[in-house]
Amino acid sequence: MRTLEQTTEEILALASKHFNVPANTLSPDDDFFKKLGIDSLQTLELLSRLENHFGVELPDYEVQGVSDFRTLASRIQSRL
Amino acid sequence: MLDLAKYQSIGQALKDALDQFANEICLIESDRDREKDRLTYGEFKKRAHPVAKALQDSGFAAGDRAAIIMTNQSKWLISACAMFFCGGVLVPLDYKLTPDEQWQLLKHSGASVLVTEYPIWRQLTAAPGRTEAIALKTILVTEAPPNAALNGAQRWEDFHGNGEPSFVSRARTDPATIVYSSGTGGRPKGCVMTHENYLEQCVALTSIYPFAPGFRYLSILPTNHAIDFMVGFFGPFICGATVVHLRTLRPEYVREAFPKYKITYVSLVPLVLKNLQKGLQARFEALPPSQRKIFNALVATNKALTKRRPHLGLSRMLLKQVHQAFGGELRAIIVGGAFSEPQTLQFFYDLGIPVANGYGLTEAGTAITVNDLKPFRADTVGKPLPGMEVRILNPDAEGIGEVAVRSKTVMSGYLNDPELTAETIVDEWLMTGDLGRFDSTGHLQLFGRKKNMIVTEEGKNIYPEDIETVFDSLPVKEFCVFAANYIWRQRSLVGEQLVLVLHLEPGQTFTDELRRDLSSRNSRLLNYKRVHGVLLFNEDFPRTASLKIKRNILAERLARLDRASAISPL
Repeated sequence: MRTLEQTTEEILALASKHFNVPANTLSPDDDFFKKLGIDSLQTLELLSRLENHFGVELPDYEVQGVSDFRTLASRIQSRL
Repeated sequence: MLDLAKYQSIGQALKDALDQFANEICLIESDRDREKDRLTYGEFKKRAHPVAKALQDSGFAAGDRAAIIMTNQSKWLISACAMFFCGGVLVPLDYKLTPDEQWQLLKHSGASVLVTEYPIWRQLTAAPGRTEAIALKTILVTEAPPNAALNGAQRWEDFHGNGEPSFVSRARTDPATIVYSSGTGGRPKGCVMTHENYLEQCVALTSIYPFAPGFRYLSILPTNHAIDFMVGFFGPFICGATVVHLRTLRPEYVREAFPKYKITYVSLVPLVLKNLQKGLQARFEALPPSQRKIFNALVATNKALTKRRPHLGLSRMLLKQVHQAFGGELRAIIVGGAFSEPQTLQFFYDLGIPVANGYGLTEAGTAITVNDLKPFRADTVGKPLPGMEVRILNPDAEGIGEVAVRSKTVMSGYLNDPELTAETIVDEWLMTGDLGRFDSTGHLQLFGRKKNMIVTEEGKNIYPEDIETVFDSLPVKEFCVFAANYIWRQRSLVGEQLVLVLHLEPGQTFTDELRRDLSSRNSRLLNYKRVHGVLLFNEDFPRTASLKIKRNILAERLARLDRASAISPL
């Protein structure tokens, strides 16, 4: 079972790869809209990637109003 | 289609539609690869009536207000239908707002009933505000897990009355809904829409974009939005068509839904349409050179053959693969909520997929103008719908002035705000605050805004005053938020941004600490509401005797600055 820290790190790595943003510039409390320069639609794309990676289903409402990696990680963690 | 001229209310029309189209498919609800629900109009009635009866048993009566905060799903429409059956006034709220904003609007609307989904209720109960929504008596929560803490709510699924509900008739001029066009942070703008507003709008829209049994509408825009309420609920229902709901809006499932359900119409906001365009362009560019050459030739042929009007059958034959990806039965993409770029609209039209772009605002009952495709004009927002009187006020030398509208679809006013209503509706004419002109063929072209607000590509209206509370007690002398295009008037409705104007204390400098404070406050706003940049202004803001900022005068002074160098990105 992953720890929350591990889940967060994996999300940062995936986001970095998917949106071509250097990994060392991302941190858990970053606002992913701003840091990745993405819109709400691209966030849904990121979610699909995360679902495939973690093997969980994340209903859209789980990420409603979420804008930082740490909270996103905790939502995923609760479904692992 | 029902003859809406004979009807007095939404509830009366829906009641007859459920009987007249009893055997037609009314709703399909899909969750990823699973189809969760498929209802005929007859089955829909069997679900809606027990809810209506339970509402009546709980004391819900004519004119009472009932709010819905839900994602697009069958229970949204079933609940709304039940409320209208009881003569209630529907308050559709945006599920994407923050819980604080939702509580504020629940309080302002005076709703006595709330229907919501469990995850939303969980967030609402975690936020303060419930005690202020004093009118709220009945809270119904859908899909709550077993043993979930309901915090005073009831399970929607158990909310069933025994026996038949009594239908409550309403007059055409009675309120049907209260739709919030904006104003969550400051002055809520609750548009009171009458039954007549909807009945008239529906007749006008379906005269150009008709529905019929067997037509399938893919409902993606939130149903609380005026467009989806009309073309994703009321319009299809009174014509016996089918509404398809997706429980997840991930692009891959949305794409799959088109061929899976043979979609006839879909409504999108410009952001999604543009994204769809990018995806298609990438696929076309990836074609091997020989295939690409053939494809481009077919697009050119289609373009030539559809110059005057669409030929759906021909386009589907010429560009078969593209149309098959959309299910092969798509008649039009309805785009609204914000301004669409002409080149995006043209891109789809050239593929033989008409885009029904138009112009409207909640206050006017959704659409004012719509492109009638005779011929398609990507550079305009179309012609006024039947029954709409549109004129340009105080036109300048180029014919550009404020767009004003008079129609039976215009709201009766803003809830509890006669002052704002009187400013907005003058001698029956709705002042839109948008600038436009008619061309020689009667098509309306838009050229920016007269009002201090922006509309995002996601179709969200943002009034600067509404987001200022997040900057309250900022350690500066004074501050104010503006739409940048309100300061520096632009003849464009794309890429609109908000700017924070700061007047620092004497001797104060713009430090990194202040910038961090601003960034942190800014990130508390939903992403589409955030300010784009900061502007330092070293003069006292002009104010009224009651110390309100005279925004128009301040904007005039700010306009003397050079936009590019004055704004520093936040």
